[in-house]
Amino acid sequence: MANKITEEIIEYVSILAKLELTGEEKEQARRDMSNMLDYIDLMGELDTTGIEPMTHVFPVQNVFREDVETNGNGSQQTLQNAPEQKDNMFKVPRIFD
Amino acid sequence: MELLSLSAVELSAAIKEGKTTAPKAMEAVLSRIDRTEGEYHCYVTIDREGAMDRAVQVQRRIEAGVLSGPLAGVPMAVKDNLCTEGIRTTCASLMLDNFVPAFTAEAVRNLERAGAVLIGKTNMDEFAMGSTTETSYYGPTRNPHDSGHVPGGSSGGSAAAVAAGECFFALGSDTGGSIRQPAGHCGVVGMKPTYGRVSRYGLIAYGSSLDQVGPLTKNVEDCAAVLEAIAAHDPRDSTSVRREDNRFTDALGEDTAGLRIGIPRDYLGEGLDEEVKAAVLRAAEMLGDRGAVLEEFDLGLVQYAIPAYYTIASAEASSNLERFDGIKYGHRAQGVRGLHDMYKKTRSQGFGPEVKRRIMLGAFVLSSGYYDAYYLKALKVKALIKKAFDRAFARYDLLLGPVAPTTAPKLGESLSDPMKMYLGDIYTVSANLAGLPAVCLPCGSGAGGLPIGLQLVGDCFQEKKLLTAAYACEQAAK
Amino acid sequence: MEYETVIGLEVHVELATRTKIFCGCSTAFGGRPNAHTCPVCTGMPGSLPVLNRQVLEYAVSVGLAMNCDITRYCKFDRKNYFYPDNPQNYQISQLYLPICREGYVEIDTSEGRKKIGIHEIHMEEDAGKLIHDPWEDCSLVDYNRSGVPLIEIVTEPDMRSAREVIAFLDKLRLLIQYLGASDCKLQEGSMRVDVNLSLREKGAMAYGTRTEMKNLNSFHAISRAIEGERERQAGLLEKGKTVVQETRRWDDAEGLSHAMRSKEDAQDYRYFPDPDLVPVRISQEYLESLQARQPEFRTEKMARYKKEYDIPDYDIEIITGSKHMADLFEATSALCGQPKKVSNWLMGETLRLLREQEMDPQDIRVSPGHLAALIDLVEKKEINGNVAKTVYEVMFERDVDPRQYVEEQGLKTVKDEGALRRAVEEVMAQNPQSVADYRGGKEKALGFLVGQTMKAMKGKADPASVNKQLRELL
Repeated sequence: MANKITEEIIEYVSILAKLELTGEEKEQARRDMSNMLDYIDLMGELDTTGIEPMTHVFPVQNVFREDVETNGNGSQQTLQNAPEQKDNMFKVPRIFD
Repeated sequence: MELLSLSAVELSAAIKEGKTTAPKAMEAVLSRIDRTEGEYHCYVTIDREGAMDRAVQVQRRIEAGVLSGPLAGVPMAVKDNLCTEGIRTTCASLMLDNFVPAFTAEAVRNLERAGAVLIGKTNMDEFAMGSTTETSYYGPTRNPHDSGHVPGGSSGGSAAAVAAGECFFALGSDTGGSIRQPAGHCGVVGMKPTYGRVSRYGLIAYGSSLDQVGPLTKNVEDCAAVLEAIAAHDPRDSTSVRREDNRFTDALGEDTAGLRIGIPRDYLGEGLDEEVKAAVLRAAEMLGDRGAVLEEFDLGLVQYAIPAYYTIASAEASSNLERFDGIKYGHRAQGVRGLHDMYKKTRSQGFGPEVKRRIMLGAFVLSSGYYDAYYLKALKVKALIKKAFDRAFARYDLLLGPVAPTTAPKLGESLSDPMKMYLGDIYTVSANLAGLPAVCLPCGSGAGGLPIGLQLVGDCFQEKKLLTAAYACEQAAK
Repeated sequence: MEYETVIGLEVHVELATRTKIFCGCSTAFGGRPNAHTCPVCTGMPGSLPVLNRQVLEYAVSVGLAMNCDITRYCKFDRKNYFYPDNPQNYQISQLYLPICREGYVEIDTSEGRKKIGIHEIHMEEDAGKLIHDPWEDCSLVDYNRSGVPLIEIVTEPDMRSAREVIAFLDKLRLLIQYLGASDCKLQEGSMRVDVNLSLREKGAMAYGTRTEMKNLNSFHAISRAIEGERERQAGLLEKGKTVVQETRRWDDAEGLSHAMRSKEDAQDYRYFPDPDLVPVRISQEYLESLQARQPEFRTEKMARYKKEYDIPDYDIEIITGSKHMADLFEATSALCGQPKKVSNWLMGETLRLLREQEMDPQDIRVSPGHLAALIDLVEKKEINGNVAKTVYEVMFERDVDPRQYVEEQGLKTVKDEGALRRAVEEVMAQNPQSVADYRGGKEKALGFLVGQTMKAMKGKADPASVNKQLRELL
């Protein structure tokens, strides 16, 4: 395995992705990611010097909407799937770390 | 009249002629579902009552002359990652098990305007991540040609529903082959339109720069009719393109003489099953017999498409799926200690292993220190792949090849080895990276009776050429 | 040891668009929680953003006013971090290709003119509001502000004192107000300032470790926070300790800052180009048209006022210190043709009321037509000066039409000479001592008699007429 995906990296990435993995899942994730990155590293063979990274395949640009109010009171639709709500707001657990 | 043997366009014509009605067609579909759904499991949600109500209403509007298009009164199925107002939309994930959207996806709305009648929502790989429909939280869909096999994925429910007669046509989404590959495995027609041709508004995003909504149909004519209904500029999707050439049904029956077709040698090499290769080349010959000019050539860069694809798709997915956090909708973990614990527990419970695998990979390739080496590199590789296609389309009108290396694998075979599953996308992901339209249609079957899919890839916005060639193939095979 | 304070700012400004940056929801303040929301600004699955044209226009206009290079090909990026006020858990912002770069703003300091460099200006979306609910020990989220357009102006570390910072912010605020791009109110949060501050030995080239200070809700708080942080860092350095690079929250009541608890988060935002938005290409014509539409800024306005209006320099400085006040001045002057009188109303009563009510000049509600009408009423002696001040207070409160108000309240000056004469006679009869005093040469006694007459007329007499009548009868 060319890619040394360490436990620390898995730990770090799971913080970024907000996932809680069991010990076994972490080990599996480490193996999967290493395998995948070994394969992805194939891209390294290609010389891409001077190549502009392509985010959009077509040169579509300058798409705007006008500054005109089109939406009415949306609170009912906004809240209709809320797991918990109070006073027309989404309820979230206390923010402590 | 055996309603279920009709195509979508034929059914609509029969309704207009008064030979049958939209409610009768819906009843026929629902009773087919009663008989076969237990075995195939094409749907996540079947909205029986709503479907019958809608059919009755559409019938009235057909009789009043308000609806006259080629899809009026036709029962359709929609992949469960396209939002439908008032009907739950799950992405086949526990995360959205109870999610009921407040609006309907633009592509679905366009079909409803054309008079198509929604039956329900089809099964898929969770958040469209997978190639077999086995990563669904609701369990796998089975291939109607052999229920020991998968239907392909991620739009496996849609493809199987069309193949099983559980709908007259379906919508799917294609990020790396998710319409074409299951179409191939289920022996139906599936098209991924040019990126921007169909609005993505209401499609729950996986890889936003690659996702495109498209039809899965019984034949090429239906494919053209559905595409015609869904292809439209949408001011709510910035990446939607305004085009005038949306009369796709005109392309059917056009002459194929002189059509230049390139066959990438890279698509016929190692890893491709012999029976698949033979069937694809036979189909090519049929087009040759009809005047098309065939030529094998080297497309190049094919081995880099999957690395670039998985890097880009995973990166975008890791960001797109951040919104599933237990606050606004969907699953929320109970018994948590504070906000961050809620985030982690909600997401760890709500997402299945394949989704976790991809969002971990995606977060990694975007993370500080790796962005240039992976994400940016992938965008450069994408640019090179696009150039390779540009070169090819300077010489050819269409490219022809297989849609998948093999026929549909057995259930359970792919889950154990994700890498093998990823490699199966080799013939399809390039079209997504380059934004190109591509169609898959049946071109025979393998030893086990499982269908083989032929893929045609066109230059951007050349769906008409694709449909012309696909229609010719279909006619020749009859 | 002597230290030099090095300050750079990050200023967020809410743009004055009618709708949000990526959807057609209103940006109006107030309204029930989550009333101004839709699938886009609440991150509903399947929703997609489309850029509000006006946001780009404001951002480019601000950049031009700050002498920036406008990025001809710019893009939006996603900044990924989990927080409940951010419905998608990524913020759409600009990292790689911000709309404006490398500009400057000139300020006046005690040592003369100084250029403060603008590193960049980028467009982004605002977050929702988190409210702590003490009853249930949870937080509540309202997305009404989610998706309101912001520009973030990042300066170079070019400021050396609180005074320079305030001078810069004042200039910045005026430029933006003059453009109409924002009202820039610190208290209400339409302008938010984060201060990056570090110390270095005087004469040193390298920068010291900086801290970032947040929660600065007034110019006063900014000054105090800068002073407080300077002292805190100097204290650390004197003791041989090191400054930690961190974000600190200023508590203006305590007069102290506290390090903000680091969230359980790696600070790794994984920025990447947003695939849902297409690039913006800015043409030369577009730039030129915006350049041509740039308004008259304060310096030019002051010069013009000097030429056009016969009012004191001090008045000009105060009036042009607020775009809104200058607009009111010009419009009212045009209507009534008496700039001097208009200026007097602004410099006198208006400033007094603003001070008393702790209001910003931006919030003056009086309309030019009504102020002109008031001046006209006084001019025509329909009401006297004291009545006019009372009426103005009501206008300041709720912009009433003074003509109508005066009519309804019966405040018009009584022009009935007979009634006035009777009142004067009565006052003289009741105050024989004062009459005698005046006739005995005590000029002062007249003032008392005028006052008594005005009182008898319930204030609605013309003081000049009262004076005249009294003198005649005396």
